[in-house]
Amino acid sequence: MHDATFEELSMPLFDQLYNFAHWLTQDRSEAEDLVQETFAKALRGFSGFQAGTNFRAWIFRILRNTFLTSRTGLKIAGRSEEELDGLASVDPSPEAILIGKADRSMVRQALQELSVPFREILLLCEVEEMAYEEIAQVLAIPIGTVMSRLHRARRALRELLIQKFKGGSHGL
Amino acid sequence: MACELWSGKLDAYVDGELSLMEANELGTHLRGCSSCAAEALERVQTKRSVADAGRYFEPSSEFRKKIATKVHKSSKKSSIRGWQIVAVPAALVLIISLAMSFYVSRERTKRERVYGELADLHVATLASATPVDVISSDKHTVKPWFQGKIPFTFNLPELQSTDFELVGGRLAYMGQSPGAQLIYRLRKHELSVFIFQDRGPEMASWASDPTSMLSFTFETWAKNGLRYFVVGDVSGADVDALSKLLRDAG
Repeated sequence: MHDATFEELSMPLFDQLYNFAHWLTQDRSEAEDLVQETFAKALRGFSGFQAGTNFRAWIFRILRNTFLTSRTGLKIAGRSEEELDGLASVDPSPEAILIGKADRSMVRQALQELSVPFREILLLCEVEEMAYEEIAQVLAIPIGTVMSRLHRARRALRELLIQKFKGGSHGL
Repeated sequence: MACELWSGKLDAYVDGELSLMEANELGTHLRGCSSCAAEALERVQTKRSVADAGRYFEPSSEFRKKIATKVHKSSKKSSIRGWQIVAVPAALVLIISLAMSFYVSRERTKRERVYGELADLHVATLASATPVDVISSDKHTVKPWFQGKIPFTFNLPELQSTDFELVGGRLAYMGQSPGAQLIYRLRKHELSVFIFQDRGPEMASWASDPTSMLSFTFETWAKNGLRYFVVGDVSGADVDALSKLLRDAG
C-alpha cells in the first residue's frame, strides 16, 4: 500500500494554512513567515507523524504552536479562560437576529477585532469545519473547553456585530 | 424539556456534534418553539457568515510556488534518501546473493564435473578386465610402483584391524594431470582413492564431509600439497572411515 508523502498531504492544505496564519498574524509578511516555518517544522517532524492519524489537525497544531512562540503570538499567550470569559460577558440581546443581515466586511472586521483565542476557534470550527475533537487536537485542550470557548467566542462575535449595527465598536 | 436546557445544546446542534437521538429530539422541539428556532437560525447564520468571511486571505502565487518547490525538493530528497536506505542494501543483497548463487552454482558445477569424472574412472576401473596395474595388498609394493610414474609421492595407511583391504593401484589422469588410483575393498564393495597434486584454492571450498552424488559417496581433502578423493558405493561412514585412515597416514 502506498503511504502518502508529505507533499501529497500538506500541499492541498496550503491555502487553508495560509488563510489561518494570516488571520492569526493579521499581516501578510508575518503569515508567510509563519507558514514557511510551519512547513519546515512539519517536514522535519514528518517521520514522527503516525500514518493514518489526522494530518490536518497535526499540521494546524504545528502552525498554531509556531504562532504562539512568535513575537505576535507571545503577546496573546498566557491569557486564562477566566480572562477570556471577562471579554465576552454580554448577554445575547434580541438584536442578535440582525447578525443574519451583517455583510461580509462587517463580519471580517468583527473577526479581526476578536481576541486570538476566540478568532482561532471560530476559524477552525466555521472555516475549516473541524469537529470538536479535531479542534481539541489542534488547540491541545479538552473537548469540554472547546465547547465552552466556542460558545463564548460566538457570543463575543455576536456582541461585536450588534455594536457595529448600533454604530459603535470596540475590540474584544 | 425546557427551552433553557435545549439552548445549551444549540451550539452542538448546529455544529453537528449531538447524537442522532438528541438531534432528533431538539429538531422536534425547534418545530414547536419559535424562540429556540429563532436562536438556532441566528447561530446557523453566524456560522455561515463566519465561514464566508473567514475564507479571505490568499497566498501570493510567488509564495505558493516557493513553498511548493521546497516541499517537492524535500519530499524528493527524502524519498530518494528513503529509496537509498532500502535500495542500496537491497541491491547489495541482490548482487551478493546473485554472486553467491553464481559462485555456489559454478562451484557445484565444477565439483559435479570432477566427481562425475572420478565416478567414471571408478566405474571404468571396476569394469575393466585389468582393474589394477599393480595387484597387491601390500602398501610397500603398491607405493613404490608409482615412483617415476607420477610427480609426487604419498603415504598409505596400515589396514590391520580394519575391514578395508588394499586391492592394488593404477595410474589415473584427471585434467591431463597424472595421479594415483588405489582400489580398496570393503565387504565386497570396491572403493577408489584418487590422489593428485592439489590445485590450491580451486577445490579448497569443497566440503570435506562425505557427499552423495550419482549414487556414489565422495569425500575429498587436501594434505601436504596433495588432493585426495575417496569414491565408493558405500555409506558415508565407510567412506569417512577410509578417509580417516588415509589422512592419518598422509
